[in-house]
Amino acid sequence: MMALIQPFAEFAFMQRALLGCIAISLGATPVGVFLMLRRMSLTGDAMAHAILPGAAVGFLVSGLSLGAMTVGGIVAGLTVALLTGFVSRVTVLREDASLAAFYLISLALGVLIVSLRGSNVDLMHVLFGTVLALDDPALTLLCAITTVTLLTLAAIYRPLVLECVDPQFLASVSRWSAPVHFIFLSLVVLNLVAGFQALGTLMAVGIMILPAAAARFWARGIAGMIAVAVCVAAASSFAGLLASYHFGLPSGPTIILATGTAYLASMCFGPVGSLVVRYWPRTHLDA
Amino acid sequence: MALVIRNLTLGYDRHPAVHHLETEIADGSLTAVVGPNGAGKSTLLKAITGTLKPLEGRIEMTAARTAWLPQLAEVDRSFPLSVRDFVAMGLWARIGAFGAVGTADRARIDAALAAVGLAGFGGRVIGALSGGQMQRVMFARVLLQDADLILLEEPFTAIDTRTAADLTAIVERWHGEGRTVLAVLHDMAHVHAHFPRTLLLARGMIAHGPTAEVLTPDNHFRARQMCEAFDDRAAPCAPGAGRAA
Repeated sequence: MMALIQPFAEFAFMQRALLGCIAISLGATPVGVFLMLRRMSLTGDAMAHAILPGAAVGFLVSGLSLGAMTVGGIVAGLTVALLTGFVSRVTVLREDASLAAFYLISLALGVLIVSLRGSNVDLMHVLFGTVLALDDPALTLLCAITTVTLLTLAAIYRPLVLECVDPQFLASVSRWSAPVHFIFLSLVVLNLVAGFQALGTLMAVGIMILPAAAARFWARGIAGMIAVAVCVAAASSFAGLLASYHFGLPSGPTIILATGTAYLASMCFGPVGSLVVRYWPRTHLDA
Repeated sequence: MALVIRNLTLGYDRHPAVHHLETEIADGSLTAVVGPNGAGKSTLLKAITGTLKPLEGRIEMTAARTAWLPQLAEVDRSFPLSVRDFVAMGLWARIGAFGAVGTADRARIDAALAAVGLAGFGGRVIGALSGGQMQRVMFARVLLQDADLILLEEPFTAIDTRTAADLTAIVERWHGEGRTVLAVLHDMAHVHAHFPRTLLLARGMIAHGPTAEVLTPDNHFRARQMCEAFDDRAAPCAPGAGRAA
């Protein structure tokens, strides 16, 4: 029992890490649930890569400055999102191909910028996160992004659901279709930027998508899925931080592996459409 | 007139799919829109709903509210939404993005579900429904939209005869209530039996009028010819072409 609480009671950096992870869990996972339901799970991954050059430019301009890297990441992510949406709505190219094109350009730019600085330990922190070194401004930023995300999701919930289920109907009754799509993509970018403060640009998307995928096996409705996903993310953060503390593992990947474990367990044993449900034949009378 | 269509040319990528359409749809009429595949039927409906901008010409509408029933294939039925929530979207014109769904609204949702023969289905997720049940749900949503002009896109395709009969009765009820209904259809026997007026399209208007006068072998032949004669390298059409008949 002591092993569960003692690290958080004793060390402020563990408390900060946990708070940061819970903030990310609250904001990013509902966004992840919608990404999954819109079959855009890999979009999250692509956007995470697209953010890299922005963060790198921010780093080049003003060093390991939270503000500069955040602004850079948001600018790069939104640019890719807007260009992608614009190209897919105006030209013949589909959204997935157009996103792939822009995020690859963006990623190449990012790698180029990173290479110019050679092997820089600080920059490794950007790529792989520094959840154990979250300072006050970083925590404030994470909590602010989570707050903005939850308020925005609450505001656009109805058009967003409609845009997912029946976009043509939404377009026929209102002008929400394009705005709600771009607002949603902005939330994806914002939460990936929040995530990379703690988990790094490569791991940030993990806490967005894995809990959502796990939640699919536990709930039939959207509200239930969001609730389960947030709980999975928060619990995995707790478990991942503990494991990283006790076994001396890097915290970012350990947290994501914890959510990955939750996903695998859900996929096998969850009550909705999991392996057990599909392949553990019960007679139809007790179904 | 519910709809006045003047010199309407529609298309994608500057390739016209419907040429210089010139016609009027009377208030309270029940009209079938028929024609071969690629005749521009769906394109015309898209233009009337406003989701497709005309290349030329215009559509004048008197209807305050338009309801559109898209093809079932356009709906993501794997999305975990309950039947009740799906039908509730028909209230959009009144409640918009932020308005509350009140007790009276809930009663109207249940009434609409009962009217399409799905009383008690409100709590199920849409993914659990059969194709016919889903089409009934789509009709319930149109019922809630309470529109003056109702556009139906292949509403009876891929559903059994019992469901088709039930849904046809709803269409006839709308007609009785004085609403204007426009339906894209393929089953000519069904059109003859239930739709007083027909608009025969084939990249332009072939004929429009009482069903028996429109659906003649001669007109069908001309419609087929129009669609088969489609040529990518055809010279740009002059205004007035395709207005024959």
